[in-house]
Amino acid sequence: MRIIQTQTVSDCVCRLAKRAGLTLTDSCRTALSRAAEQESGAAAFALDSLLENEKIAQREKMPVCQDTGMACVLLEIGQDVRFEGAPLREAVNEGVRKAYGEGNFRKSICDPLTRVNTGDNTPAYLHTEIVAGDKVNVTFLPKGFGSENMSRLYMLTPSEGRDGIVKAIVDTVRIAGSRPCPPVYVGVGIGGSFDGAAFLAKKALTREVGSHNERADVSSIEEEALAKINALGIGAQGFGGSVTALGVSCEIAPTHIAGLPVAVNIQCHCVRCEKETI
Amino acid sequence: MKKITLPLSKNEKLQLHAGDCVLASGTLFTARDCAHKRLFALLDEGKPLPFPLENAFIYYAGPCPAPEGKACGSCGPTTSARMNTFAPRLLKLGLGGMVGKGEMSEETREAIREQKAIYFAAIGGAGAFYGNAIKSSELVAFPDLLSEAIYRLQIEDFPLVVAIDPDGNSIYDK
Repeated sequence: MRIIQTQTVSDCVCRLAKRAGLTLTDSCRTALSRAAEQESGAAAFALDSLLENEKIAQREKMPVCQDTGMACVLLEIGQDVRFEGAPLREAVNEGVRKAYGEGNFRKSICDPLTRVNTGDNTPAYLHTEIVAGDKVNVTFLPKGFGSENMSRLYMLTPSEGRDGIVKAIVDTVRIAGSRPCPPVYVGVGIGGSFDGAAFLAKKALTREVGSHNERADVSSIEEEALAKINALGIGAQGFGGSVTALGVSCEIAPTHIAGLPVAVNIQCHCVRCEKETI
Repeated sequence: MKKITLPLSKNEKLQLHAGDCVLASGTLFTARDCAHKRLFALLDEGKPLPFPLENAFIYYAGPCPAPEGKACGSCGPTTSARMNTFAPRLLKLGLGGMVGKGEMSEETREAIREQKAIYFAAIGGAGAFYGNAIKSSELVAFPDLLSEAIYRLQIEDFPLVVAIDPDGNSIYDK
């Protein structure tokens, strides 16, 4: 049994949130640089501006994007861990509150009906999973909603199969068009349940851009979908070009014999994701 | 790169074409969904708007709080398509143009063409770049909306792309 103070989790969330707001992931930056070399005209102008934007963000200590997002916190908690201190959820929210206040991040969370802002970007989206061991893996993903709004869930039939999955992914990006800030990063959840597929899609976005699923049949879906998306011609910001997506990441889970849920979670080109192990 | 100053005259707008990249300075008013709803409520009640609409340029944006020593925090564009329900009426009332990101509806495009207005795309996600190019920010209306309030911004060398020109040509036509 290992005792961890929830204050330690709170401090970790705060640190990761502050870093994520100002920084693209290395794999995202690499993919954007490659895209900038490939494209021309207004698309190249946009991509060059984005690379310059991150440098300004770091220099001026300003968030890369003003949509500092819904604070998505994923905790993988070793089953030999026991928490002490304030309740875990409160500790996570406190970390978010502190980071968004001190970092001059935008507070974007509101009541869905009254639209009254909570004022401190809480509550966080918190997902916990119990795993083996005595460590806690903390992942912080600030999720912008221009891209979240363009995400979709398909309850396909089993007979639609692999082709149906690829079509669902490509259709989602095509319908989104220029609205989610392309070039996008596409997280896909295949299988599980109605809600389980959606979570898998979000989890897929915490993978490095350009990484591949370990299963060859899943990885081949990622590759085919990416090629088809990039043949759509939407391009950076919808200005036309051959880079509409930086990557497609699929996660998979067993499902029911009667169904084939497919969730497609769109992430804009501003991929921010920070991780630490406690 | 071509430099322009907002607001543009009708003649200056006619010199610009979909796909042109420009650096813009001048004045913008921020407004997002909630602010637009309030502007519409004022119009419906026959009350005056908090800023003169005639040839004004609206920026679909909600900034981050300003860090110390800065006029404004990060301030890139939000998705313009959500404002399709508002833009045509405002254009008919004299709005000079909009700055946002992504495609807009056929109805909005038609209103732009009829009024010889213009729609610029800012680079979505370049929040720090735009925030750093804002030289002053002044609250105009609806402070309770926080980042979604209306602010008057003085900008310098904003990188923009002409997305829909006064003839109704769009960069998103592919």
